[in-house]
Amino acid sequence: MPSEPNPEINHVLEFPGGYTRSTGPVIGRFLTELRAGRIVGVRTAARKVLVPPLEYDPATGEPVVADDFVEVGPAGTVREWTWVEEPRKNHPLDRPFAWALIRLDGADTSLVHAIDAPAKAMRTGLRVWPRWRHDRIGSITDIECFVPEVTTIVANVRTEYTVTPGAALKRYLDALTRNVFLAGRCSTCAAVYVPYRLSCPQCGSVIEDEVEVGPAGTVTTFAINNLPDPRAPQVPFVSAYILLDGADTPIIALLGSVAAGEVTEGMRVRAVFEGGTVKWFAPEREA
Amino acid sequence: MGNRCAVIGVGQTHYTTRRRDVSMAGLVREAALRALEDAGLTFADIDAVVVGKAPDLFEGVMMPEAYLADALGAAGKPMTRVHTAGSVGGSTALVGASLIQGGVHDRVLVVAYEKQSESNATWALTTHLPFTSSLVVGAGGYFAPHIREYMRRSGAPGHIGTLVAVKDRLNALKNPYAHLRIPGIDRAMVESTPMLWEPIRYLETCPSSDGACAIVLSSERAVTGTPAWVHGGAMRSEPIFRAGRDTVSPQAGIDCAADVYRQAGVTDPRRDLDVAEVYVPFSWYEPMWLENLGFCGVNEGWKLTEAGATALDGDIPWNASGGVLSSNPIGASGLIRFAEAALQVRGMAGDHQVEGARRALGHAYGGGAQFFAMWIVGAEKP
Repeated sequence: MPSEPNPEINHVLEFPGGYTRSTGPVIGRFLTELRAGRIVGVRTAARKVLVPPLEYDPATGEPVVADDFVEVGPAGTVREWTWVEEPRKNHPLDRPFAWALIRLDGADTSLVHAIDAPAKAMRTGLRVWPRWRHDRIGSITDIECFVPEVTTIVANVRTEYTVTPGAALKRYLDALTRNVFLAGRCSTCAAVYVPYRLSCPQCGSVIEDEVEVGPAGTVTTFAINNLPDPRAPQVPFVSAYILLDGADTPIIALLGSVAAGEVTEGMRVRAVFEGGTVKWFAPEREA
Repeated sequence: MGNRCAVIGVGQTHYTTRRRDVSMAGLVREAALRALEDAGLTFADIDAVVVGKAPDLFEGVMMPEAYLADALGAAGKPMTRVHTAGSVGGSTALVGASLIQGGVHDRVLVVAYEKQSESNATWALTTHLPFTSSLVVGAGGYFAPHIREYMRRSGAPGHIGTLVAVKDRLNALKNPYAHLRIPGIDRAMVESTPMLWEPIRYLETCPSSDGACAIVLSSERAVTGTPAWVHGGAMRSEPIFRAGRDTVSPQAGIDCAADVYRQAGVTDPRRDLDVAEVYVPFSWYEPMWLENLGFCGVNEGWKLTEAGATALDGDIPWNASGGVLSSNPIGASGLIRFAEAALQVRGMAGDHQVEGARRALGHAYGGGAQFFAMWIVGAEKP
């Protein structure tokens, strides 16, 4: 006959109000200094600085030197550390952190405390500084934890502006909505520029003569891109220089409907329009 | 060309992926102090400062020259910023030299830098502009088609690019400042890396580096130490959308080379020069620039590379320092070429010194291969 599971109860043992402890003069000074936002150690007869202080030198059992307190830190160096991936309820931080032995500057012993840093930042030799609580009571937890030195900052740069196409570009874009490539012929050097523009980049002359070019053209050269780009549907993708029929300057555009390995220089292609603009260029099939 | 001008100090940082220990100001100051130390001078001896770097969008620091003035000892002095995309390091040196040649100043500090670890060059070069469907992905995406066209025209065998990738990295092993130092680098290693922008493989591409380079330029009367004399300097540009533009061998590069050779009295660069530091960010640009710069005939550049003529022990070593393929703090890369040319003719290039180098070419290009800057420096007074 199966037995009932043992009953489980939650039991709390707590001294009402908490125990009172006398600190003695050495520990009391340490905690008082903590409350004031300073960290002090105490000197032994052998001139070693103990942080946190002890009342009696662990090396000799002799009392430490009364009133010979020295301010240390506040920065220190991580000597040893261990990673806490899943903090428990009573731990000082509610996210993964490190327990570390920290040798504060000027001290000869190490202090145990928590370090709030990403796991990959943790290393022996890491320089850390205390993060103080605003309301301090004279307790080791007046230091919330230690944190690494500031070595980098993030500078967000963002500019938002309204932009309108110029007169020439607007004519070009309007023509594109009719599936037409608009170009301009320089009256001086006779070169045909696409997109349509108002001045010749070679001779500086004003361009007045509008001509239509393409929509078919020839691939002059190309790159097979193996790095992803949000403007391309997949990797690899081909960005090609395409000399539209009737134009003297190539445009750079995406090739579609063809495997990257099948693209050749001299390949004939034709624009595929979608939504009033060029989607890509595709090989011109024999009729 | 005006008054004589000499390089009397060169300072470089060690080029590396990340210089987390210094700010941009700390980085440029490190190079500047080394250049001043080389010249036996201090900031107090400098009349003017010229700064160059890539476009502001790279690191997102607008007008960094204003922020860097203090670090470069420019308080109370003229300070100028030069801006010609990838060729900027070379242009910066030439603007500095012009201040000496024109008799305006006696000593000019020239500094160029990039902190690529705090930048994203591919992003900055790929920002999608409104009203265009033009599709270029980073510098490699821009230059790959021109390399493909060179390969087609010249009929060069497909392995020429890997030869350059190996040769420059072997040179880098002799340069303590070089970023990419790859022991055991060979063709198989290069060919085993993926195509990023076919026909450009990963190891046929320059790295992203943090670094700064500085030089001290001097008039003849203010020379200290060992000078490298400027025998000629030239800049050219051309519109990127010109009809009939040859993107494989741009006219601006041909014209710029002709100008600097004329100034220096060079009639056959392969014979008359001892070493060249040329801006080769993708391996195939070595044979392409060999032709553009007139070191050989059209479609012959790859044959010089294949024959080993450009190796450290060849008859015309190119990029003895390891070049841009081994270190690329973009804004500084052109100035490093100019500075390495000066180190060679000063006999101060260390393990990558070309024995007996008397005349050297420094070269930089930028934008869509539309800006060019070159100088020739020599051990003798021009």
